[in-house]
Amino acid sequence: MSKTLIRGAKVLGGEPQDVLIDGTTIAEVGSGLSAEGAEVVEADGKVLLPGLVDLHTHLREPGREDSETVLTGTRAAASGGYTNVFAMANTFPVADTAGVVEQVWRLGQESGYCDVQPIGAVTVGLEGAKLAELGAMHESAAGVTVFSDDGKCVHDAVIMRRALEYVKAFNGVVAQHAQEPRLTEGAQMNEGVVSAELGLGGWPAVAEESIIARDVLLAEHVGSRVHICHLSTAGSVEIVRWAKSRGIDVTAEVTPHHLLLTDELVRSYNPVYKVNPPLRTERDVLALREALADGTIDIVATDHAPHPHEDKDCEWAAAAMGMVGLETALSVVQETMVDTGLLDWAGVADRMSVKPAQIGQATGHGRPVSAGEPANLTLVDAAYRGQVDPAGFASRSRNTPYEGRELPGRVTHTWLRGKATLVDGKLT
Amino acid sequence: MQRHLISAADLTRDDAVLILDTAEEMARVADRPIKKLPTLRGRTVVNLFFEDSTRTRISFEAAEKRLSADVINFTAKGSSVSKGESLKDTAQTLEAMGVDAVVIRHGASGAPYRLATSGWIDAHVINAGDGTHQHPTQALLDAFTMRRRLVGPDAGLGKDLDGRRVTLVGDILHSRVARSNVDLLHTLGAEVTLVAPPTLLPVGVETWPCEVSYDLDSTLTKSDAVMLLRVQRERMNAAFFPTEREYSRRYGLDGDRMAKMPDHAIVMHPGPMVRGMEITAEVADSGRCTVVEQVTNGVSVRMAVLYLLLGGAEPAVAHARPTEEK
Amino acid sequence: MDKQQEKQGGPQPAAQSEARPVLEGPDIARVLTRIAHEIVERAKGADDVVLLGIPTRGVFLARRLADKLEQITERKIPVGSLDITMYRDDLRMHPPRALARTEIPGDGIDGRLVVLVDDVLFSGRTIRAALDALNDIGRPRAVQLAVLVDRGHRELPIRADYVGKNLPTSLRETVKVQLAEEDGRDTVLLGAKPDAPGAHP
Repeated sequence: MSKTLIRGAKVLGGEPQDVLIDGTTIAEVGSGLSAEGAEVVEADGKVLLPGLVDLHTHLREPGREDSETVLTGTRAAASGGYTNVFAMANTFPVADTAGVVEQVWRLGQESGYCDVQPIGAVTVGLEGAKLAELGAMHESAAGVTVFSDDGKCVHDAVIMRRALEYVKAFNGVVAQHAQEPRLTEGAQMNEGVVSAELGLGGWPAVAEESIIARDVLLAEHVGSRVHICHLSTAGSVEIVRWAKSRGIDVTAEVTPHHLLLTDELVRSYNPVYKVNPPLRTERDVLALREALADGTIDIVATDHAPHPHEDKDCEWAAAAMGMVGLETALSVVQETMVDTGLLDWAGVADRMSVKPAQIGQATGHGRPVSAGEPANLTLVDAAYRGQVDPAGFASRSRNTPYEGRELPGRVTHTWLRGKATLVDGKLT
Repeated sequence: MQRHLISAADLTRDDAVLILDTAEEMARVADRPIKKLPTLRGRTVVNLFFEDSTRTRISFEAAEKRLSADVINFTAKGSSVSKGESLKDTAQTLEAMGVDAVVIRHGASGAPYRLATSGWIDAHVINAGDGTHQHPTQALLDAFTMRRRLVGPDAGLGKDLDGRRVTLVGDILHSRVARSNVDLLHTLGAEVTLVAPPTLLPVGVETWPCEVSYDLDSTLTKSDAVMLLRVQRERMNAAFFPTEREYSRRYGLDGDRMAKMPDHAIVMHPGPMVRGMEITAEVADSGRCTVVEQVTNGVSVRMAVLYLLLGGAEPAVAHARPTEEK
Repeated sequence: MDKQQEKQGGPQPAAQSEARPVLEGPDIARVLTRIAHEIVERAKGADDVVLLGIPTRGVFLARRLADKLEQITERKIPVGSLDITMYRDDLRMHPPRALARTEIPGDGIDGRLVVLVDDVLFSGRTIRAALDALNDIGRPRAVQLAVLVDRGHRELPIRADYVGKNLPTSLRETVKVQLAEEDGRDTVLLGAKPDAPGAHP
């Protein structure tokens, strides 16, 4: 078996240590470890984290291979330091049967860059009317445990209640895309000062908050756990904080872009800033950061949403919603949380690896960096600062809102069960 | 230096006054035996209309022809070209034919801005109305009409609308005319009040440089000009107001209400009017109603804009506006 | 677009400081009187004359001429202005400017003798534009041209019917007319163009 010695890495941002990988597992963590028979990676003070886990990725395959495939998406994931991604169900056909989730799972196995855990649709065709065969998807080779109609809200309170109850049988979790549909008809951006001026249809915060409030109460009533996707408003934070204080089993995620960008950017009418839920205000951004720091929001998830160029190179109303995020997520989190002093690297490991793995029940991921654990690791050059250049993305799509923006941090190495998928910033 | 007219908010006070003064000279051309100027000879202007608007298109076309521009009309209403890709492709196709300026009407807010800033084309872009965003030439012709009526055609030269009180009534939420007028009238020193049921005011309106009222009667007595905005009957179905009757009772302008206005005050409407809804026939046909003048003035103002953007080596208007004003 | 620019080759404060007067207030009054008499003489009483000044200073000169003509003929002489901006052939070489007023006297110009009045005759392009503009306004019986100064260097086959002063100049020189209505005093200044490109023959 091959050995790799990572020398002088700040494990979770701590004192520099050596980490020896033997085969698929971490053999030893300590100082002055012998390099005998091992390939040596000089970490030179870089930060070593457990491989990142993304609970919210759109890999687009099957159906929209022009924007992303499982292969290109997992390559993008490895570039961004991820070793496990959860693939959302809104593909064509929708991942609402055992057949489709197994296909995605198998494509992930074949890619070799990153583990792919399919998410199953809650309702047939994401239509919100009829429960999909959740049990069959769970029992399939893909072993689905997370269910979501992401892109659409499970808006019917009865269907949501049933789904929350039903998945308890196999300890599944429903991840809700919180968007009251009637309040967001024709919505194009956050409803507020900017939308009033730009004449774009408003997506009010209350459309998200009302659904979250309903769902945490439903979860409490039926004794289920519920996960809230891409929470985006200060009001949502308050509701989740209240729910947790009441002991409701709720977890929540925030995207990197909602931690950094605001609706002021929409003044450019450039659809790279068009995303769902929409970019909110400065006040929301600050509340989200604080909530991620204090644990009200449990995890960062990318909502990586690749779109082909032509779907963004048009007027705002005609453009698709979404941004790619796998390859910039860690940099944005460093910029907004680490460099601001809100979170240390151990906190980053918790929010981007440990917790998402727990919520998604991803075995072998989000584990401590210690002897005997699977060697899923990410090495980050936190001292780096540079401009984002989408031309260098491994993703098939380039719809990033960060083009030309200077961000800190760069993932230089990623190991998936001991196998290097990224070396010196280059995919293997 | 901007080369386009996208938003009334892009105009400085001096830009706007220059346009109004130029329009005043253009208006005189209409009185001549030959209503034509050679100024834009050899320049090609395309009227790219993705939304049906015969009035605005004809007004622009008249302005372009009076300035001797070559005019191409492209009406792309309908499904096949209403998608985003087509805006870019259509614009590029037209530019490949050697178009100097694109006058664009589009149902999507921001489409003219995208056209002007995405590097798709080099031509000048003039916004002839985009979604619920802006309609700057409408605001200019409204301001021109107000200046003529309230200050005077000659007395108004070089002047703005300092201290004039303008009330806009109706569907502010869905109105590009309202947004453009609030911006331009504020720039020109007028005091603007918006009157509408709360459902037809956008969230965020409190940051606009104007007053907001839900009560028409109390503002009428303090208005130099009252502009009524069209209220589409369909809005009723989306619960913006209960019934047509209730709307016109609370926010419509009839003869009794008009009588409360000061003697010099005028009634304006960007058209098309919905008689019996926001305005009664009595008011629409009265001498205080400027609807027909607004149409005439539209041609003069659009001539002025075309001349000032296209007439020379570089545009004479639309200097970058200091950001603190916004 | 800028008439002054055409006549003096751009605004040059330096040139102005060295400029020397070639006509002073009394001289200007005298030549305008002479031109008025010439108009009456050539137009056989000037009973159908319409004076149209070309903005800015041509308009003031036209009004002064009208006053003098009224003194001579004891009749009201129609006077107006003709803005030629939109008819210029060099529009695309400069940013467009605010338009000046075109004011045609009430009875129009059809069948009348129009005398165009301008301050300086130089390339002749302004007058060509003025003839085009007139064409869109009506059909005069005849068109004549009166200028305060003719500095030569014509680029078109145009000549003045009435000239206040023939002033042979080089292209390196500038001619600037100042009138009390606009500039606070009456004078015609001849100056040197400092290092302007093309100024060296």
